[in-house]
Amino acid sequence: MILLQVIAAGLLLGAVYALFSSGLALIWGMMNFINFAHGEFVMAGMYVAFLAVVWLKAGPAGFTLAAACGLFILGVVIYFALIREVLRGPMLAQILSTFGLALFLRYAAFFIFSPNFVTLPQTALTGTVDLDGIYLSVPQLVAGAVALILTLALHLLLSRTQLGSRLLAVAEDREAAMLMGIRPDRMQALAWGLSAASAGIAGALIALSFPFSPEVGGSFVIIAFVVVALGGFGSVPGAMIAGLIIGLIESLSAYWFGPVYKDVVVYGLFVALLWLRPQGLLGTQ
Amino acid sequence: MRWRPFALAAALLVYPLLFRGAFYQDMGALVLIQATSASAWNIVGGYAGQVSVGHAVFFGAGAYLPVLFYELWQLPLFVGVPAGIAVSLAFAFIIGLPTFRLRGHYFSMATIAVAELVRLIVSNSGFLGGAIGLMGPARPRGWWDLVFRSAVPYYYIFLAVLGLVLLATWQMERSRFGYYLRAIRADERAAKSLGVPVSRYKLYAFMLSAAFTAAAGSLYIIKTGFIDPESGFGILVSVQMIIIAALGGAGTLLGPLLGAILLVPLQTATNTWFGGGATGLTYIFYGGIIMLIARFEPGGLIELWRLRIAPLLLRRRGDAHAP
Repeated sequence: MILLQVIAAGLLLGAVYALFSSGLALIWGMMNFINFAHGEFVMAGMYVAFLAVVWLKAGPAGFTLAAACGLFILGVVIYFALIREVLRGPMLAQILSTFGLALFLRYAAFFIFSPNFVTLPQTALTGTVDLDGIYLSVPQLVAGAVALILTLALHLLLSRTQLGSRLLAVAEDREAAMLMGIRPDRMQALAWGLSAASAGIAGALIALSFPFSPEVGGSFVIIAFVVVALGGFGSVPGAMIAGLIIGLIESLSAYWFGPVYKDVVVYGLFVALLWLRPQGLLGTQ
Repeated sequence: MRWRPFALAAALLVYPLLFRGAFYQDMGALVLIQATSASAWNIVGGYAGQVSVGHAVFFGAGAYLPVLFYELWQLPLFVGVPAGIAVSLAFAFIIGLPTFRLRGHYFSMATIAVAELVRLIVSNSGFLGGAIGLMGPARPRGWWDLVFRSAVPYYYIFLAVLGLVLLATWQMERSRFGYYLRAIRADERAAKSLGVPVSRYKLYAFMLSAAFTAAAGSLYIIKTGFIDPESGFGILVSVQMIIIAALGGAGTLLGPLLGAILLVPLQTATNTWFGGGATGLTYIFYGGIIMLIARFEPGGLIELWRLRIAPLLLRRRGDAHAP
C-alpha cells in the first residue's frame, strides 16, 4: 500500500516536472538553445506566488495566475534584451548568457528574500484524500492534475492551432516563415514567454506543498535536462511522458535508498542516458 | 607589442618583493591560483569553444585526492597530486566521450550534471568527510608537508605552475592542435568536412584542461589545508573560472590571467567592505557581467581592446601626425 502511495505521489510530482520541462523542450526545439536559467524561472514562479499571497491575499488560482503572467513577461523581456542578439553570436555567448542569467536571478532572490527556506502561508487547499487506502494530499493532487492539463494544452496549442503552426514554421525555417508573413521575432518572443510561464506555473504548483529557497532552481534545471534528454530534445509529448517517468523514479529511489539519494539516481540516469541513448527514449536521430 | 608579456612576467616575479604585507601576498597567491584554473578552463572553453559549466569537478578532485591520501595513509599532500589528475582525466573521459560525438549543448548540460552528481555523492559520503570536508596535516611534520608561514613560497610555486600551463597553452596555440581547436570553434561541420578529427580533438582539449584544473585544485589544498564539498565541487567554483576567463578574453593566451588580476582584488575588496552580506551582491554582479559579456563582447576585454579601443587610439594618433 505504501508502495502504491509512493508511486502515486511520484506521478503527481512528475506531472509538474513534465510541465516545466516541456517549456525547456519548446525553446530547444525552436531555437536549438538550452536555457540554463530554466530552474531559476521555476524558483521565480515560487516567489511570485509567495508575494501574491502575502501582498494580495491571493488564493491558489490567483497566485498561480500571477506566477504565469509574471514569468511570461519576464520571458519576453529576456528574449528582447538578451537572447535575440545572443542567438546570432557564437556558442560561447549562447551558453554564457543564460548561465549568467541563472546566477543573477538566483542571487537576486538570495539578496531579496534571504537564503532561508519559506513555505506559502496556509491556503484554501488543505487536507488529504483517501483513495481506497492511498492517502494523497489535496495540494499535490491539484498540482498534478493542473500540470497535466496545461502540458496537454501546450502540446495541443503547438500541434492543433494556427499559432502553433506559426511557431513551428519559424522553428523549421526562419527565412521561409518570414516570406509567409510570419514575424519570427514575435514568435520566438512568444515561445520564451510560454516557456517561462510554464516554469512559473510549475513553481507555483510545487510551492503549494513544498518549502522552497533561492537555491532550488539548481536541481530543477538538471531535472529538466534529464526529462528533455529522456523524452527526445525538442519534443513536448516526449517531455510529458519522460517527466512522469522521472517523477516516478525520483519518488521510488527516495523510498528505497533514502531522500538524499533521489537526486543522485536522477543525475546518474542522465549520464547513463548520454552514453546509451543520447537521442532519448522516444526520439529518433 | 612583444614586450608586453615580458613586462607582465617581470611584474609577477617582483610583486611579493614590492608588496610585503601578508594581505597583499596572500591575495597575489589567490590571483595566481584563479588564473591557473581559468587558463585551464580556457583550453576547452575558449580555444575549442566547448563551454564546460562543471569544471569544479576537476578542481575538487585535484583538491580532495591529496588530502584523502593524507587521511588514509598520512602521506604528504603533494603525493596525492598525480592521483587527483588521474581521477580528473577519468571524469573528463566519461563526460567527453559520449557528448563530443553529439553537437551543440549536450556537453555543457553533461558537465553541470556530473559536477552536481559528484558534489552530492561527496557531501553524503562519510569516507570523504561528508558535508564537513577533510583537513590536511595540522602541524608540519617536515619540509615535505609544504606548510609555510608566509605566502611567498606558495606564491612562487603557484607562479611556476601557472607558467607551465601558459607555456603549454602557447605551444598548443601555435601547433596543429591549436589550429584544429579554433577550426572546431569557428565551424564544427566545416572542420569535419576538411578532415579534422573533431570529436577526438575536443576530447584531447577537455582532458588537457581537466588535468591542469586538477593541478590548480591541488595547489589550493596545499595552501589552505582544508576542503569541503562546496569549495571543491560547488557550482560557484565553476562560475569563478568561467567569469575570469570570459572577462579577460576566452580563447586568448593571457585573457584569463588578466581577468584574474582584475577580478580577484575587486572581489577581496567588496568582501571586506560589505562583510558576509556581500555574497549575494557579488554574484548578482557576476551574473550581470557574464550576461553583458555574452550580449555585447563575447571576446572579453582583450577583444574589446583590439577591436574597439586600440583602433580608436591609433586613429587619434594618426590625426595628430597628419599635417
